Amino acid sequence: MPFTAKPRKFSAGIIEIPLGVGQNAVTIGGGNVLPLYYFDNPAKNPPAVGVEITDTGVEAAGLPELAAYYEGANTPAERAKKAAAMEGADFVCLRFEGADPGGLNRSVADCVAIAKEVVEAINKPLVIAGSKNLEKDVELFSACAEVCSDKNVLFLSAREENYKTIGASCALAYGQKVGAESSVDINLAKQLNVLMTQLGVQPQSIVMNLGSAAAGYGFEYVASTMERVKLAALEQNDTMLQMPVITPVASETWSVKESIMPESDMPEWGSLEERGIEMETVTASACLASGCDAVILRHPTSVKAIAALIAALL
Amino acid sequence: MALKGLDIFKLTPKTNCKDCGNPTCMAFAMKVAQGAVSIEKCPHMSPDALRQLSEATEPPMKTIAVGEHKLGGETVMFRHEKTFVNKNLFALYLCADMSDADIDAKLAEAMKVDYERISERMYVECIFVNVSDTQTAERGIAVVKKAAETGRDIIVRCKKPELAKEIVSAVPVKVLVGADASNWEAMNAVAKEKGLVLGVSGKDLSELYDTIEKLEAAGNKNLIINIGGSSIKDAFAAAVQIRRAALKDNVRAFGYPSIVNVERMAPGDHVLQAALASLFELRYGSIIVMGRMTYADALPLYGLRQNIFTDPQKPMKVEPGIYALNGADENSVCAITVDFALTYFVVSGEIERSGVPVNLLIADAGGYSVLTSWAAGKFSAGTIAKFIEEHQIESKIKNRTLILPGKVAVLKGEVENKLPDWKVVVGPNEAIQLVRFLKDYK
Ligand code: B12
Ligand code: SF4
Repeated sequence: MPFTAKPRKFSAGIIEIPLGVGQNAVTIGGGNVLPLYYFDNPAKNPPAVGVEITDTGVEAAGLPELAAYYEGANTPAERAKKAAAMEGADFVCLRFEGADPGGLNRSVADCVAIAKEVVEAINKPLVIAGSKNLEKDVELFSACAEVCSDKNVLFLSAREENYKTIGASCALAYGQKVGAESSVDINLAKQLNVLMTQLGVQPQSIVMNLGSAAAGYGFEYVASTMERVKLAALEQNDTMLQMPVITPVASETWSVKESIMPESDMPEWGSLEERGIEMETVTASACLASGCDAVILRHPTSVKAIAALIAALL
Repeated sequence: MALKGLDIFKLTPKTNCKDCGNPTCMAFAMKVAQGAVSIEKCPHMSPDALRQLSEATEPPMKTIAVGEHKLGGETVMFRHEKTFVNKNLFALYLCADMSDADIDAKLAEAMKVDYERISERMYVECIFVNVSDTQTAERGIAVVKKAAETGRDIIVRCKKPELAKEIVSAVPVKVLVGADASNWEAMNAVAKEKGLVLGVSGKDLSELYDTIEKLEAAGNKNLIINIGGSSIKDAFAAAVQIRRAALKDNVRAFGYPSIVNVERMAPGDHVLQAALASLFELRYGSIIVMGRMTYADALPLYGLRQNIFTDPQKPMKVEPGIYALNGADENSVCAITVDFALTYFVVSGEIERSGVPVNLLIADAGGYSVLTSWAAGKFSAGTIAKFIEEHQIESKIKNRTLILPGKVAVLKGEVENKLPDWKVVVGPNEAIQLVRFLKDYK
């Protein structure tokens, strides 16, 4: 008796959201099968891979390959160009590390100038990530949304505490895309989407950031949250969970012990750079398998591997 | 798969003799379906009906033992539905065609990875030796012997039954991979004779299905499904489709664990192999064969595995209390953290590395991480003060310095208010920074 696999497509689907404009736009989301199950139905849009840079410089202590990649790139715009040119890169994410009032406290005006230079320098879509300071990000995002108007930029992220202002300025006033950030919980994710849409932000302008963790650091919750969100979106046609999911992987993985412990302290662990790359790659792959539509990474080797993985599954 | 009452009724003698204590066979069948009584209560069931019933009530996926490890036995597609029961294993890839020097180096490198993470030993459980058709038995035996010296469970892949037989007769092996539509009878004989788990493959799922049916009909249910050739896409599709067919569509022949070889899918590309291993940890690889296993591979992959194969209903906790580290006594400083096992493991590891005597205080925080429990109100100035009081820390420890996790620096003022006798110090954000911090602090 021959065996025939039963393809499993859903009548509901994930919302498609274009980032960037014109020829350089990348669409994330779309599709009506479980994550990466392209044998059930061909991919509408493959998951996208973004490359993260910061306004402050390349943190490359102990990472000679990464340092070499960005060598000679002294401004955020130059680094952004290199990031955009990375093999496998679909978009660039500019993280305003320096804007944090607890750190460098770079002024909004200075950040805006950087954002403008960066968005003009690259031929790929731009994602702007904030300082994680709730008040500062509100100001920062609305000012950047203004100078990047007509570039279709995604802002990461609006949280429960500040979604009103960020939603109103970025999405409603300037037509940009907004990330809705919740903390590893399907109900909180849904609630924030409901609040954002009640504010008037179209579901087509919302990308979810469900929160993440590095592999080994509570990732089971991340995996289950992503899986449950995708099942709710597809199986139960929950329209408030059909937005695509983006996950900033690099900012989680490059701070755990495995990725920062110098080789001199732990000789048997071997090369620090290799450990960091694999922690980033393994976490990103697990995010994609669990239901993430775009990942943000830092290292060229991880970007290349994840892009190759995605291409091989199409 | 649970049987419905009606299906069971069809198998009863339908005589309503009441010997089982029920008024009718139908009533009896309904109770059996609910699990209220066992089928043995009816003395009149035919052997054939009993066999059909036991097959129908078999779990959808068999549990297969490889050495001391168990594989398979899964009942759900996603871990939030119910726990995944048996974690995947890792195997190191070797081929008899490799030079001795290469084999020695690969084995030595992989054997270095052997450590503990939250009470679990992390190491390569198996070694996979590929013996190609053109290889001699002597060479195969020599390489398998070398691999067996490590004490790890040996998997041999060999498609020639005579060659396979010579090898497995000479060296203790746990799994023999290589049965397919062309050689299944002879391979089955070898595996059965030696009591080995037999790995089966097929050029497509249909052929695989047929071969498994034949093996089962020949009485072998000690199988593992060898997934895919060299195409990543096909291997991933097969892994998901096989698991789905077994658990969702009741396809018995696919109710076995799987083995996937990522070295074959991405030869020599260790980073892509790590990405693939991660994918198959989540999506239904039971044994994952890797081209190498270094700390760079192991740290994220074993960490992820430990996360995925935990019970979603209960967080891993440690007992609240005083943990005296590095020979700490009543005069040593105190550092406080939460009772989440992972946090305890990371923090205690770093304190131990510093060599500085510290009384690590584990507060009752519901088994959550520092920020999670803080956000949930389970790790606050109030709960910290209550912990110090309930565990009578002040009478047990004379030192009055308390180091807080850097991530909850905001608690400092409040803790000072609640514990006026204490000097409250904000520690670093990450445990790894504790080594420097404690050394400088001392
Ligand atoms: C997994 C997870 C959960 C799991 C719980 C897992 C668990 N057992 O704790 C679940 C899903 C249940 C959960 C729930 C919640 N979570 Co949660 N969760 C996470 C996640 C993804 C990982 C946490 C983790 O395991 N970390 C690893 C451990 C080892 O870290 P740690 O305990 O902090 O320890 C480190 C340091 O603090 C330091 N350290 C520890 N102790 C000490 C001691 C000293 C002296 C020193 C110096 C250092 C030190 O060393 C460790 C390593 O460096 C984080 C996000 C993230 N990526 O961190 C969010 C996160 C912690 N959660 C968050 C929130 C808000 C919540 C909820 C309130 C909301 C919700 N999701 O419903 C609930 C609360 C729980 C409840 N039931 O009420 C927020 C907290 C926000 C904030 N800054 O306050 C976070 C940061 C996510 C986010 N970005 O918003 N969460
Ligand atoms: S003992 Fe068996 S045959 Fe008799 S009533 Fe019960 S189920 Fe029917």
